[in-house]
Amino acid sequence: MYENRVAGVAYVLPFIFGLAAFTLFPFVASLLLSFSDYQLQDPIDAAAFVGAENYSAMFADGTFRKSLGVTFLYVFVTVPLKLAFALFIAWVLNFRLRGIGFFRTAYYLPSILGGSVAIAVVWRYVFAGDGLVNQAFELFGAEPVNWLGEPGYAMFSIVLLRLWQFGSAMVIFLAGLQAIPEDLYEAARLDGARGPRIFVSITLPLLTPIIFFNFIMQVVQAFQEFNGPYVITGGGPLKATYLLPLMIYEETFKYFNVGYASALSWLLFVIVALFTAIAFWTSRYWVFYAQERDEEKRGEEK
Amino acid sequence: MTRGGLALEGLCKRFGSVEILRDVQLEVAPGDLIVVVGPSGCGKSTLLRLVAGLETPSAGRIRIGGRDVTAVPPAERGIAMVFQSYALYPHMTVAQNMGFGLKMQGRPKAEIAERVARAAQILQLGEYLDRKPRALSGGQRQRVAIGRAIVRDPEIFLFDEPLSNLDAALRGQMRVEIARLHAQLGATMLYVTHDQVEAMTLASTIVILNAGRVEQVGAPMELYRRPANRFVAGFLGAPRMNFVPAHVVSQSPGALLIGLEGATHGSPLRLVRATEAAQVGMPVTLGMRPEHLRLADAAASLLHGSVTLVERLGSETLVYVKPEGAEQITVKLDGGSAVARGDLVGLQVDAAHCHLFGPDGSAIGAPSDATGQSAAAGANVRVAG
Repeated sequence: MYENRVAGVAYVLPFIFGLAAFTLFPFVASLLLSFSDYQLQDPIDAAAFVGAENYSAMFADGTFRKSLGVTFLYVFVTVPLKLAFALFIAWVLNFRLRGIGFFRTAYYLPSILGGSVAIAVVWRYVFAGDGLVNQAFELFGAEPVNWLGEPGYAMFSIVLLRLWQFGSAMVIFLAGLQAIPEDLYEAARLDGARGPRIFVSITLPLLTPIIFFNFIMQVVQAFQEFNGPYVITGGGPLKATYLLPLMIYEETFKYFNVGYASALSWLLFVIVALFTAIAFWTSRYWVFYAQERDEEKRGEEK
Repeated sequence: MTRGGLALEGLCKRFGSVEILRDVQLEVAPGDLIVVVGPSGCGKSTLLRLVAGLETPSAGRIRIGGRDVTAVPPAERGIAMVFQSYALYPHMTVAQNMGFGLKMQGRPKAEIAERVARAAQILQLGEYLDRKPRALSGGQRQRVAIGRAIVRDPEIFLFDEPLSNLDAALRGQMRVEIARLHAQLGATMLYVTHDQVEAMTLASTIVILNAGRVEQVGAPMELYRRPANRFVAGFLGAPRMNFVPAHVVSQSPGALLIGLEGATHGSPLRLVRATEAAQVGMPVTLGMRPEHLRLADAAASLLHGSVTLVERLGSETLVYVKPEGAEQITVKLDGGSAVARGDLVGLQVDAAHCHLFGPDGSAIGAPSDATGQSAAAGANVRVAG
């Protein structure tokens, strides 16, 4: 018995070590550093406690305000669009058609590749001045667009990259769609409901637990987006794609303001936590679970 | 409030090369409760789904209330269906579930509320109207599913094995409720089940389906007493009918002599039946229901064997006897019968209740008690020593 315990602990030790070293330690350290004026080039003991100065400094920082606004814009645009797009594709892929397995795999592929730096680099060339998109525009006689040089278009480019990575949300939606019993659709047809009405009255409400899960995941991921703006636009032009994670990175490794960057990180953490909490709190009003929940007792059989 | 009847004319259904239903002809009178019964995979649910409009027939026509509805969408056929899984919308309350069909029809809210309340009253669901299905028991969910059908005031109710998800006690209770409902509403009901007890207790007419074909249609007791073939005879009745291989020994006007395979004590057990359909030497099957068999002295009986199992069910006792060279035979006796495993017993049968089936499985004549008019039925059966 004792030997089993030792072996068990030995097996989980690497994980515990990894968790402590690469998650817990940075988590606590960043919180402490956010109350210091620590600069990356200085020894750690040179850092001084500055109270909430880093936090109050944010609100006087124009770059931060711009970055926060851009981040919210990015999240508010990409999350609903990506959810809607993923749901639409899942809905299409849910039809029983010949070779549907191939299409499901093919549509999932961008998600495997989508988040990588390599794809972001490709994206940069696709949207460059003489990139693929502009070449296609020229082919149809349209004026080329400065995708990465105009603030509006630059944001559009990185939003599009995010939408392109719809696969994981789509797969979860697809699983959710397939879990809806066929009987319910048949009952709805007998009740006189047709296509769009069935989608609104049956599919969508029964999918709300999946929408809820995907919403939380997408909000968290969107707030953490880094690769796209870093590789494609570098946060520009005119800070139009300067998302908070990019600002945190630059404050740390470009300007060496680790204390300030830590405070920014914690603010981002609080924002994500707040959004998640709001989603959970409101879920009771819009998420429908088919299974019985503890607080709802079964009715007595008459 | 008797509504329209149902007619199926040459209905066929194929899925690819697999033929599920073959040339089904059926006439359901208005107000009838017709039960389609058959083993798993016989096509009974497909038949119901064709009537509902959830499947398209490969050939044939469906008429409801005289109107050809073969190409009419499900919602416009004047039917309502109760699913095996209940198929209640989990995100809607009981009232919303019941009123959804009327809402889709664009009926005024006041009318929907009134009709839902009336159905809820019939089914004693009044206090559950604001609950979601997950907060209901299985029986309550089933009643909501029935309520949803009632609210639509259909010409025909379709039931797809509605009780199979319930436990035995609740199943019995719901069976009574459905029978009461049928009497109260007077509606035409098409009910599909694999449970022959449900079929016998509920139906005004039973349709026996086997491998996509209608084997026999008739009143429950008519089918029980006069099965058209060996399949029907074996399917209806619990425990099932005993079958013993036999052959025609001789034929004379008004009498048929049957020799039982596996019979003992010199001269074999012989039955006599008046029929033109049998020839001497023809292999036949003798059918005997367990309740028509009696235990007797082994030495005086033509079939005898040892008791392999005794099941005491309280009001009755089932005795399983294995005669030498024959299949096991089930005998249904009174609850207090003194018989034990290992006993050597003889079997006697009242010849008036015996059934005879030809090599193709179809019935030869009918037992004399089948209609109570033995002469008219031409089924003069007696035991010949």
